[in-house]
Amino acid sequence: MSQTQASSSPIPAGWRDDFPILSQSINGQPLVYLDSAASAQQPASVIDAVARYQREDHANVHRGVHTLSHRATDAFEGARDKIRDFINAANRSEIVLTSGTTESINLVAQSFCRPRIGPGDKIVITHLEHHANIVPWQLVCEQTGAELIVAPIDDEGQLELDSLWSVLTDDVFLLAIGHVSNALGTVNPIKKIIAKARKRGIPVLIDGAQGVPHVPVDVQDLGCDFYAFSGHKMFGPTGTGVLYGREALLEEMPPYQGGGDMILEVSFESTIYNELPYKFEAGTPNIAGVIGLGAAIDYLRNIGMQRIAAYEHDLHDYMVSALQDVDGIRLIGTAVNRASVQSFLLDDIHSHDLGTILDHQGIAIRTGHHCAMPVMTRFGISGTSRASIAFYNTTDDVDRLIKALLKCKQVFG
Amino acid sequence: MTTQAANTDELYDLYRELILDHARNPRHFGRLQEATHTAQGINPLCGDKLTMYVNVNANRVIQATSFEGSGCAISVASASLLTDTVVGLSVDKAEAVFNAVTDRLTQGSADNESTLDIDLEEPFAKLKALDGVREFPSRVKCATLAWHALHSALNQEATPATTE
Repeated sequence: MSQTQASSSPIPAGWRDDFPILSQSINGQPLVYLDSAASAQQPASVIDAVARYQREDHANVHRGVHTLSHRATDAFEGARDKIRDFINAANRSEIVLTSGTTESINLVAQSFCRPRIGPGDKIVITHLEHHANIVPWQLVCEQTGAELIVAPIDDEGQLELDSLWSVLTDDVFLLAIGHVSNALGTVNPIKKIIAKARKRGIPVLIDGAQGVPHVPVDVQDLGCDFYAFSGHKMFGPTGTGVLYGREALLEEMPPYQGGGDMILEVSFESTIYNELPYKFEAGTPNIAGVIGLGAAIDYLRNIGMQRIAAYEHDLHDYMVSALQDVDGIRLIGTAVNRASVQSFLLDDIHSHDLGTILDHQGIAIRTGHHCAMPVMTRFGISGTSRASIAFYNTTDDVDRLIKALLKCKQVFG
Repeated sequence: MTTQAANTDELYDLYRELILDHARNPRHFGRLQEATHTAQGINPLCGDKLTMYVNVNANRVIQATSFEGSGCAISVASASLLTDTVVGLSVDKAEAVFNAVTDRLTQGSADNESTLDIDLEEPFAKLKALDGVREFPSRVKCATLAWHALHSALNQEATPATTE
């Protein structure tokens, strides 16, 4: 918890150097990247894997009999196996490749919920959610007449568990909840929540966009029914994502989109859908991106997620105590258990102005509502400044942030 | 001049005293009861919202303006400066100032003096205080938001003005 503790554990050799983008200067100063919660940077191994595939192996997957198509298919399906192993899914058929967390959640809303719910049914989310875990449920509720219930949070940005338990009634069809809040960093006790919900027969979807990059995830240990996440938040390419779903549920669900690759046989009278997971993967996928995601997983496993989580935990503590020492700082999101991100306000300086001044000093943070407008409303604010760390950040980065914040005070002084 | 010093100058050019003064103490802030024209401005990038109120008389002259809402220093200062400068103008003249301001901020650059020819003669010269945003492309929309809302109000467009 103390600053000295974090200072005495400097970034292990090489981690930062593995990320080519971080070695540049922005506005005349070395880049400090504190916006990984929006999109994480990619190590050279990921960039190289994508480039090598494009240069040497590219062809369409699951189609041709020629050598390149075999290579592309092997690399693409190999990445699926890596993903399965990384989150410890029981079967590769449970790993549906999507364009990102958003598509993964929409898939569940439209294929799992929409055919089976109607007036009288409820979907439960929480006040902490990202818009991607709100709007798909609003849409499906509009389409079916089901009701969307929002479980409340407290002033620290933590779920009010008793209130959550009380809304998990018999008429709830699904609980959709984030693993880690992108706006406040709150780590939800999802294992406990999943156990409680499933005991009441309620399936659970976890929005893991901010979970997978920072903490070890074992979907079988968690016991969730669906777990959605994005490649670009975990040091892989944009346009890649995963929906983990329990096989029994995926089997029962109709396809999300129709097209090539998701069929076994097509005639104008009827079409036989492909087996899992291909039933949910219509059209040519983001082959290069998924291969890059596989390389990102190799990279993360090489370091070890436990080690990453421990390092980031210390650095987050260091950042929080350094921020608290700045006169005029108000932390937004003070949950006991949080990861990676810290939202804050400084004096009465609008976050947009603060973001500009920080950028001018080479520091990238996110400003605004973080695609979580209801969270902002809950705290009676229009937005925050948010610094988010990854394992490639250091205490030096935090020190630069603090120095830049003092500069903001000076400009507005 | 070192890069560092140039950087700092740019920053103080953006947040010059007049801007900070208007941001801290916005003029004509609040609802205008006798408004004949109203429009909302929304900046989808940051979610900032403001409402512009205008009272136009039978001779198509702006009698009063006000605004309310929340935003960054640049958008609030720009709105405040707007309300300070358009009262007494004909609708046509106000539209001409709208065009001059938005052209100046979206086309100008300190490195490209030839694009700065758009005249903002007295009494509009103080709008040049917004010039600092030209070095900050992501902030131009903050500075033009209120002006788009004014334009929208004067043209009574049904949907909120955005900077997109």
